[in-house]
Order: sequence, then structure tokens, then C-alpha cells
Amino acid sequence: MTEPLRKPPRKNPQVRTVLPTLPPFSRSRKAMAFTAAAAEGRFVLQVCAECASATYPARELCPKCWSMHLEWRDADTGGRLISETTLRTSINTYFRERMPWRIGTVQLRAGPTVLAHIHGDVMRNDEVRMIARTDKSGQGVLMALPAKETPNMADDRQLRELTCDPKHRRVLVTDGRTELGQQTARALASAGASRIFVGIAEQWRPYPGSDDLAAVPGVEIMPLDVTDTISVNELAGEIGGKTDILVNTAEHVRPGGTLDRDGTLTARNEMETNYFGLLRLMQAFAPGMRARGADGDNSACAWVNLLSVYALANWPQFGTTSASHAAAYSLSHCLRGELAGSGVKVINILFGPLEESWRQSLPPPKVTPQKLAATIVDALRQGIESVALGPVAEDVVRRWKEDPAVLERELTQLQAGQAS
Amino acid sequence: MTVLHELANAIAGGDIETVDLTHTLDPDFPVIVLPPEFGQCARFRVEEISAYDERGPGWYWRNFSCGEHTGTHFDAPVHWISGKDLPNGSVDSIPPDAFVRPVCVVDCSAESAADEDFLLTPEFLVAWEKRHGLIPANSWVLMRTDWSKRSGAAYLNMREDGAHTPGPSGDAVKFLIDERNVVGFGTETVGTDAGQAVHLSPPHPAHYLFHGAGKYGLQCLRNLDRLPPTGAILVCPPLKIKNGSGSPLRVLALVDRSKG
Repeated sequence: MTEPLRKPPRKNPQVRTVLPTLPPFSRSRKAMAFTAAAAEGRFVLQVCAECASATYPARELCPKCWSMHLEWRDADTGGRLISETTLRTSINTYFRERMPWRIGTVQLRAGPTVLAHIHGDVMRNDEVRMIARTDKSGQGVLMALPAKETPNMADDRQLRELTCDPKHRRVLVTDGRTELGQQTARALASAGASRIFVGIAEQWRPYPGSDDLAAVPGVEIMPLDVTDTISVNELAGEIGGKTDILVNTAEHVRPGGTLDRDGTLTARNEMETNYFGLLRLMQAFAPGMRARGADGDNSACAWVNLLSVYALANWPQFGTTSASHAAAYSLSHCLRGELAGSGVKVINILFGPLEESWRQSLPPPKVTPQKLAATIVDALRQGIESVALGPVAEDVVRRWKEDPAVLERELTQLQAGQAS
Repeated sequence: MTVLHELANAIAGGDIETVDLTHTLDPDFPVIVLPPEFGQCARFRVEEISAYDERGPGWYWRNFSCGEHTGTHFDAPVHWISGKDLPNGSVDSIPPDAFVRPVCVVDCSAESAADEDFLLTPEFLVAWEKRHGLIPANSWVLMRTDWSKRSGAAYLNMREDGAHTPGPSGDAVKFLIDERNVVGFGTETVGTDAGQAVHLSPPHPAHYLFHGAGKYGLQCLRNLDRLPPTGAILVCPPLKIKNGSGSPLRVLALVDRSKG
């Protein structure tokens, strides 16, 4: 049984902050497909197109029939732990600092026998459920979990290395003026976040829900306007050293493309919030988070971006908004690169049309702010870096993976067809 | 000594006090908020170019950005549709003597404290004139409400039916144009019109009528409680922006303190 995680003590100001160290980083180019799927929370294996046998780790050829036609496919997550051991020494600094560490051999229902990290509640001969996740190096690894939920399962020390669980962590929600920001603060409070700093821009303007927001346990209202460099820097000066998770809920969205209005101001406002806002937050908060990736049970662990799925391909009905999200999406990859080695994950949630006033005229299915908030918490708890939320987003991502050029045609020419 | 030398000596010696009527340009200072589907006034923003660092080792300077109507600012006639075709209606073409004029300060602070939607009327102005004399032609009239002492949400005082702040009635605006021929009208609130002025007839009378008559506006003023009802001189030159509808500016008042 997993001991419930205790609230971390206050930091000793005389002790140097532990620097992030990393589990093994090297992977082959082939294995990157495993990592990319793990970042989405998917467990994939290479399956031979000729003899249908599955293989792990990633290989160039089928080890059974030597065929070159190996395809990555979602795999059965079931298996049985057939042997286990506890490591008590290692030449790898990351593992040395985390001894003892359990690993074991799992006979997968999908076929191969694999070496995996194992959850504390899994014993030899137990049925297990496999998860593939990115580790502190950002690389895909396997972990064997109990087949059925056990008490305090998420608090397992080794599992928590793969997740970004908000329990006992301090979170900054960058914009609490919206329903989305307020639902996010509530969801994080329910998930056990110890403090939830909620940024409010322009407190001289009233906003709906302000009283209820301030009453959410753990919520502290902070002045923050992501369009104002001084404001972002001032808040980072105050709480940058204790921001374990940052959830960027700020968004500026307006319907229309470039020909629906005169001038550049609307597009500029979108860029100021959606792109430069992210940039300002990165420059102010990412250095502190990067240094605190191994800072105990409430280490810095995640940066969450909420992006329109039309970041992947422009949808002219929201043409300039799409472009600003595309810029932010690109910048999120820069952030992932700059945080690589820190143990802080960049989580991108690509959402379909949101239930909010600027997207009022769009037909269902829509994503409610409540659903998006729940998805943020779920991605953090599971340590998943890439999520497509809602039927529209799932469909766009699927088509984007199939063929981005075809998706571009569909999104841009469908509108012309509808207009005619 | 010429009159200018006497003036300069009096300012330097303190017989004439220079009172600053300007709010600091601060990113978090309120601006007027229009319904969301309209274009919005830019907030004041600052980005460093360098600060004695690798971007410029020996010097500190910044870029700033804002709207023509951000912070303490000047409204030119072309700001409103009623003034769009007037000659010399933009900040760059207004004859500069208009920026240095006598100023009358009408104290409505008690009335505004009692009624946040207080409207300044011609009767109120006539009563004021009975105490302080006629408002001279070509002078500025400033409406003191002590609104500048409010901060945070109390300044715009926005509610679900819009802002609630004092301002002039349409008849008061007509009186100041037709009967007194003032050069302009200024307030401590975010606009020259009352918060609920969209419901007056005509809507936004201070903007519509003053600018239609070639008069100017000043708003987001402060320290009006430090000015005498009459006798001070207002100095308020806006930036010389080509075809500018207005501009943030430093507003000063020269107040004679020599008589105690």
C-alpha cells in the first residue's frame, strides 16, 4: 500500500536547492516514435506487417522474421510481472539520488517481455497495467501499475517522477477573469493543489464570478496582465520561486479573417496575449522553474499551454486567432527545448471550439470550460504532454497526422464551398 | 522688467505655484472601456530597449506605446464625428494659444459624492457665477468632482448597466458653448461625458456638442482641489501628432499664491 504523500515541509533557506539530474537520455531515432506516443499517453509497440509479432524496444527489423515492415500500433496494456528487483546502487546520478528503485520484467499480453519501472503496489506474479510516459529526460519509458486502483496510488514515489500531480503543489493560473480560469482554479483546488495563484488583469474592471473565485480554498488573487511586461516580471519576482505548475489560461480571440475588418489592431491584440503573453511568461517564470525541477515533493514540474487546435492549420473563420495560436504552438516547442533537462514538462492541450462568448455562433460540439479544466488536471495527474480535447480537435489532429496538406485544403476550401 | 520676466521670477520664487494636474502614465491606470465588439483604447505599455546591460551598457531607455486617449489626455475636435470636418481640428493644427488660457474650476465634489450620476446643469453654472463672476470667453472650464481620489474599480465605477460617473448635462454644454464661448472643458473622470451619457440626448453631449463647436476636452485630471475657482492659468499642450484625435499630455496650472 502506498503511503499518502505528506505536505512538503517549508524549504530550508540554508540548504542549496537540489539540481535536476536526468535518467538516461539517449534514444535511437526509431525510438522517438515511442516517446512521441508516450507524450500523448499512448502505449505503442512495433508490430511486424508480415508475421504480426510485436517487438520492444524499438528495432529496425522484425527480430522474428527479419522483415523491415514494422509499424507502430497501439498495444494491449495488460501483462504480468514475472520478476522484480530493487536497485540499491547505480552509476547514474539520477537513480543514485533516488535509491532504492524497483524495476521488473513484465510479460506483455501483446507478446514481448519488457523491462519496466514498477509501482510500489505491484508484486511478483501480479497482473499489471502498463503505461508509457515521458520521464524527466523527456524520453518514453514503461511503468507497470497495479491492474486495479490501489489506495493513494498516485503518491507512489516512482510514479510521481513521471507525472505532474498538482497535489501539494503551487500553481499559477494566469487569467482568472474568465469562466475557464475560474473553473481551472476550482479543479486544481479539488486536486489538492496547496496554493493557487490566480492572475487578474485590470482589477479596475469588475468581472463575473470574482467573489466566488476568491472563496475557492487555496486561491490567492494576484495582479497579472500577460500583455504587460512589467506586470509579468513583478509577479515572477514575487512568486516565481514557488510556482511549481503554470497554467496559461489567458486568451484573446476574435472571429474573422484578415478581410473581415480593417487594420491590424485585433490581430495585434491576439498576438499580445496569445504569443507575446506566452513569451513574457516564459522569460519571467521559466528560469525559476527550470532550476527547481528536482526541488522535493513540490518541485516545479509542468507548464500548461491551452491552444486552439487551429494552431495546426489555419481556419479562416478565426483566421488571425488561428495564426496567433500557431505562433504560440511553435513557441511552446521552443519552451520544451529550453526546459529539456530540467524535468519540467510542457503540456499542450489543443482544444476544439470553446463554449464562450466569442465563439458563440459556432455549432456544437463544443468544449465547456469545465471540461477543459478537468482535462488540465487529468493531463497533470497522468503526466501527459499532448492532448487533443473535444471531437473537433480529435478530428483535426487525426487528419493533421494523416496529411497536413490535405487538412489545410479542407479547412480553407470548405469555407468557400459553404459560402457559394 | 517685462511681464514675462515677472512671471518667470514669480514661478521660480514660489509666488506662482505650478500645480501638476496629471496622473502618472501607468500600465494599470484605467482607460475608457467600450462594448467589446468595438475597437478599444490601447493601455499604456513599456518595453526596455536597454538598461545598462548587454543591450546598451551605459544607458537606459525604453519604448512606450499607448492610445491617443490613454491616461490624462486631450481631446481634439476631430475625435468626434460632429467635429470631423472642422478646420484646425486635430492636435497638430490647433492654434497653440488655446493651450495656455485662464481656467475656471466648478466645484461639484459634494454633489458627486452624494450622486455618482450627478449632472452639471446650466442652473448650477449660473449659481457658481453668482459667487465667482461670469465665466470669461476663451477660458477653460474644469469640473471638479474629486473623482481622481478614487482608485481601483471605484474609478470607472462600472456596473452591468455601464459606468456611473458625473458629467455635464446637454444643456450645460450648450450654455458653455453658446452663452460663454469657452475654449474647452475638462474633468477628473475617464471622459468628459458622464458615465451614463449614452442615454442623454444627444448621446455623449460633451463629445458631440463641444467638438462639433470646435471646443477641446481634457480628462483624467487630478489635483483640481488645489486650484482656486478663478484666476489660475492652464497650460496643456498635447503632443503634435499628425492628424491626431488627441494625446496624452502633462497638464499644469499656474496659481497665484502671492495674496496668501
